[in-house]
Amino acid sequence: MADVFRKMGSMAINGIWQLGFIARFFWLILVYSGQSFTRIHLTLRELYFSGVMSLLIILVSGLFVGLVLGLQGYETLQRYGASDSLGTLVALSLVRELGPVVAGLLFASRAGSAVTAEIGLMKVTEQLKAMDMMAVSPIARVVAPRFWGGVISMPLLAALFSAMGVFGGWLIGVVVIGVDDGAFWAQMQDAVDFRYDVLNGVIKSAVFGVAVALIAVFEGYDCVPTAEGVSRAITRTVVSSALAILALDFVMTSFMFRG
Amino acid sequence: MSRTTMDLWVGVFVAMGIAALFFLALKVGSISGSDIQSPYTLSARFDNIGGLKVRAPVKVAGVLVGRVSEIRYDNERFQAEVVFTVDGRYKFPTDTFANILTSGLLGEQYLGLDPGGEEKLLAPGDVIKKTQSAVVLEKLISQFMFSKAAEGEPAPAK
Repeated sequence: MADVFRKMGSMAINGIWQLGFIARFFWLILVYSGQSFTRIHLTLRELYFSGVMSLLIILVSGLFVGLVLGLQGYETLQRYGASDSLGTLVALSLVRELGPVVAGLLFASRAGSAVTAEIGLMKVTEQLKAMDMMAVSPIARVVAPRFWGGVISMPLLAALFSAMGVFGGWLIGVVVIGVDDGAFWAQMQDAVDFRYDVLNGVIKSAVFGVAVALIAVFEGYDCVPTAEGVSRAITRTVVSSALAILALDFVMTSFMFRG
Repeated sequence: MSRTTMDLWVGVFVAMGIAALFFLALKVGSISGSDIQSPYTLSARFDNIGGLKVRAPVKVAGVLVGRVSEIRYDNERFQAEVVFTVDGRYKFPTDTFANILTSGLLGEQYLGLDPGGEEKLLAPGDVIKKTQSAVVLEKLISQFMFSKAAEGEPAPAK
């Protein structure tokens, strides 16, 4: 019995320890960012790997989410004779919630895991230590570019996801089912406000970008330098990114979309 | 440092993302905030505002001219005070009527203005005096029921 309590206590202390470490790590990344921006091609390279390489999965899943929303939304709305509001339903659910959240989850599993694996493997092969020996800060050289690559690409990917989803909803609603084209766009534009809906969605996706990128680089940097440790770190990246995204989404929604 | 194909792809990616944002801003949403030019505020007092909310539309003859910016309770007059911003291009006479209307049977409530015939115009910050409260469905139904019940009463015995 006492053993169980001892374990719980050590887990709690470990958690708080890690929280402090991740906060200090975040601060270090911000401090070294200026130094890493002087060699901007490093960040551009990471933008390529986490942004451009995620384009395909984001665009295709955005399209399919939009298609499903169009089908299911029409199914329910036509019962109340409100099928003209299909555009509103598709656009609001994508711009406010689904766009940032699903794009964030996909981004965490597509790009976040890759970043963790890369940094973890660098730690295993002691490249990070070698950099330190040569007076090159691994945080400025390796970590900060990957962090900023994720932070910059995430809002762009979420916007692409939402735009693609609206296109998918239009494809099913207007082209396939035959909802009136004018009513679809007019009702959508009437209900979706740029500052209230679109910008809040962008803010959400930027926050998710910071959370996912920070978790990814931290887990890679903090991993146990063995094959097993790297694989565990990748799993932790995906799991804690997903949890962080969903929890942060709830908190931000309750602040942003009230009344 | 020379340009590489990677730079091209990053450029394409960023351009696509920004294009998507513009699509969301212009085609999906309406930039209603900047739609209202040189806004000025007016206010109106109501006995009952029903379900009117902040950011509800203000319409004249069905045309959107502004939005409700603030709703508060006036503790001295025991009335609700609705503050709204109106596009500077539109002017209204001082005897403008303010109503709280509902779009459709179950739609959202909005503030409808009915311009009167007065020569003088409302200045920024003015209060509209002629108002009509929101129609509360329960009151309407109970009035109807009472009047029906009164009709159906048998004539008093002779």
